[in-house]
Amino acid sequence: MLRFAFKRLVSLSLSLVVASVVIFLFVEVVPGDPAAYMLGMNATEETLAALRDQLGLSGTLVERYLSWVGGMLRGDFGTSYTYRTPVSEMIGERLWISLPLALYALTLSTLIAFPAGIWAASKRGSVADVSVMGLTQLGVAIPNFWFAMLMVLVFSINLRWFSAGGFAGWESGFLPAMKSLTLPAIALALPQASILARVMRSSLLDTLSEDFIRTARAKGLTKRQALWRHALRNALIPVLTIIGLQFSFLMAGAIIIENVFSLPGLGRMVFQAISARDLIVVESVVMLLVFAVIVVNFAVDIAYAAVDPRLRVRG
Amino acid sequence: MSFMKLGAASALAMMMATGGALAKSDIVVAMQLEPPHLDPTGAAAGAIDSVLYSNVFEGLTRFDADGSIIPGLARDWEISEDGRVYTFSLAEGVTFHDGTTMDAEDVKFSLDRARAEDSANAQKVLFEGIETVEVVDPLTVKVTLSEPDGSFLFNMAWGDAVIVAPESIDDIKQAPIGTGAFKFANWVQGDNITLERNPDYWGEAAKLDKVTFKFISDPTAAFSAVMAEDVDVFTAFPAPENLPQFEDDPRFEVIVGSTEGETILAMNNKVEPLDDVKVRKAISHAIDRQAIVDGAQFGLGTPIGTHFAPHHPDYVDLTGNSQHDPELAKELLAEAGYEDGFETTLKLPPPSYARRGGEILASQLRAVGIETEISNLEWAQWLEQVFNGKDFGLTIVSHTEPMDINIYARPDYYFQYDNPDFQALMDELSRTTDPEARSELLKQAQTIISEDYVNGYLFQLATPTVAKAGVRGLWKDAPTQAVDMTGVYWE
Repeated sequence: MLRFAFKRLVSLSLSLVVASVVIFLFVEVVPGDPAAYMLGMNATEETLAALRDQLGLSGTLVERYLSWVGGMLRGDFGTSYTYRTPVSEMIGERLWISLPLALYALTLSTLIAFPAGIWAASKRGSVADVSVMGLTQLGVAIPNFWFAMLMVLVFSINLRWFSAGGFAGWESGFLPAMKSLTLPAIALALPQASILARVMRSSLLDTLSEDFIRTARAKGLTKRQALWRHALRNALIPVLTIIGLQFSFLMAGAIIIENVFSLPGLGRMVFQAISARDLIVVESVVMLLVFAVIVVNFAVDIAYAAVDPRLRVRG
Repeated sequence: MSFMKLGAASALAMMMATGGALAKSDIVVAMQLEPPHLDPTGAAAGAIDSVLYSNVFEGLTRFDADGSIIPGLARDWEISEDGRVYTFSLAEGVTFHDGTTMDAEDVKFSLDRARAEDSANAQKVLFEGIETVEVVDPLTVKVTLSEPDGSFLFNMAWGDAVIVAPESIDDIKQAPIGTGAFKFANWVQGDNITLERNPDYWGEAAKLDKVTFKFISDPTAAFSAVMAEDVDVFTAFPAPENLPQFEDDPRFEVIVGSTEGETILAMNNKVEPLDDVKVRKAISHAIDRQAIVDGAQFGLGTPIGTHFAPHHPDYVDLTGNSQHDPELAKELLAEAGYEDGFETTLKLPPPSYARRGGEILASQLRAVGIETEISNLEWAQWLEQVFNGKDFGLTIVSHTEPMDINIYARPDYYFQYDNPDFQALMDELSRTTDPEARSELLKQAQTIISEDYVNGYLFQLATPTVAKAGVRGLWKDAPTQAVDMTGVYWE
């Protein structure tokens, strides 16, 4: 087990090194000079040179890569070219919107998907099943930004229940902040819930046809008891895997919804940083996301192996 | 009983007293772009000036709503006979928002900082003529120029020339300390910036207690924010197609003003065949300005015939030099040896005037036989390829700096117009301080570039502001990129 963990750790470190090189090169080859972007059309050549110096853009590619990676190892993500604040601070601030938004959306999606999926599976072929399947098909098909704009039209412009965008800030209290995240969370949760409900249903149906369920029924459990006591727990494994995947998608992929509601989250920060050529922000945020995904995968690998000894050999 | 009566009466009196003050004293102003940081002397980003100019920071002189130059922190000045020495008398009793006094030392510090060798001032050109800055006494500053400069007072009104204090300069990018009627309160990055009234302001106090600038980049989100009344004012509203809807809605008022943005089809005067004035003239005659204004800007914008703002008193209407005349354009092309037309590039930056305008322009040019290869660029790419690399044939861009006709005197400027006569004229202009003589020179300058067909002159960019009914005192035009809130109030 220890050897397995060690081998995994080596491959994790290698992945991180490769990822950092790839990210750095991709971002650095993008044409466009950050200093020229900041100073605009009237800047003189000497002003540009002065600013490049201040930003630490004048070294060679290798020097800049090493200082970036070295900084990150010490927990220093560098200083944003445009905002001139530490990138780690900026990530910290934005994370306080992106993370709660992702969790909120995930909670909503689970709260919708579980009952819907279980209900549909337990009444297979009934009107309930068909309507859940139909609705979830629709939920997957509707683009979430369009749904978001529709909700703004109804709930913000006509009914005035919510503001049309922006973030109230946590300092204004928990409820106002959550309120400004509600419409975005619903917009994000809808397609996720649809997918999750369908996975829940089919996974539950698969389990319900297994031998151990028949045994349970033979021992005298009702259909309902067998479902809740035995089938559900076994059906949860693929569902949890999907939830895990959805969470990383929600963290990084909320860009469009953040734009529709003008929420200052991580996705929008990267988006703005790309057009402003704030390369250090792009590099550091992407690296952080890669790091998160790789570490989560590592943890999952270890957990699988702990549960299932067969995987240790293969690993 | 009488006690209760008294109580009721005083309650009534209080209600009546507050009745007058019930008018809202705070306002939410939205704009598309967020400032990258809050130092107006350290970046070109117009959003910095939009939030801070005149509200938080003030210079020696300042722009008024109509674009004229009026006294700022300098209440008065004397200009020496030879036009080289400016002696400014500063306002008395001015303090920065951190409580320190603003005096001649701060002026000297600000100007010396902007023109220093390692200065990152985006408009360093404004300070190039300064030879020395001397402190005469705490309220008097003497600025000596290396040669007379008729636009010096104008230069000092720019947001890049505001007065800052050495005590607070290190944190200026995050916590700006100025002398204005509002002081910086808070910045929620990515969302909003709050300013509060400065109770110790030296001039006429602001009428509002609190101003929140909110940043909404998406045009659809902008529309929703106004309709849901999340914001009270939206400056430079990004979706002109929605304006008629606001005009019809009694809740809102639409104010369409002019800006300093000459929107031009810039031509690379050094590449074939655009180095031939006949070809440039042909292109100018191929352009149907009104079609571009209608198609790309939904009718907002005034056609121009030269690089000068139409609302300026010295403007000359030269649109007649380049009337839409495709037949004439074809003849000119034939005369220049291009009867079969030619092919060139058209590089477009992100704003919709360029992207939408570019499509319309391409079809107008095709009608006279000129094929264009359109490429859409981001700003950073545009600056690198077009502006610095000069690797382009045609491009569309709005020159938003005020009074920037002098860029035509810079032969290495991206459109590469090199005319010694024009350069001499600009030299003369900067040596001239007499207003009438200056006006005459400016008119000549406009005519020269129009008749040389340096660029295709399209239209003056308009700026629509959507405001809730009852908001008063907003600037209509944008003589500089400022959203001056010092005179704004609710009716």
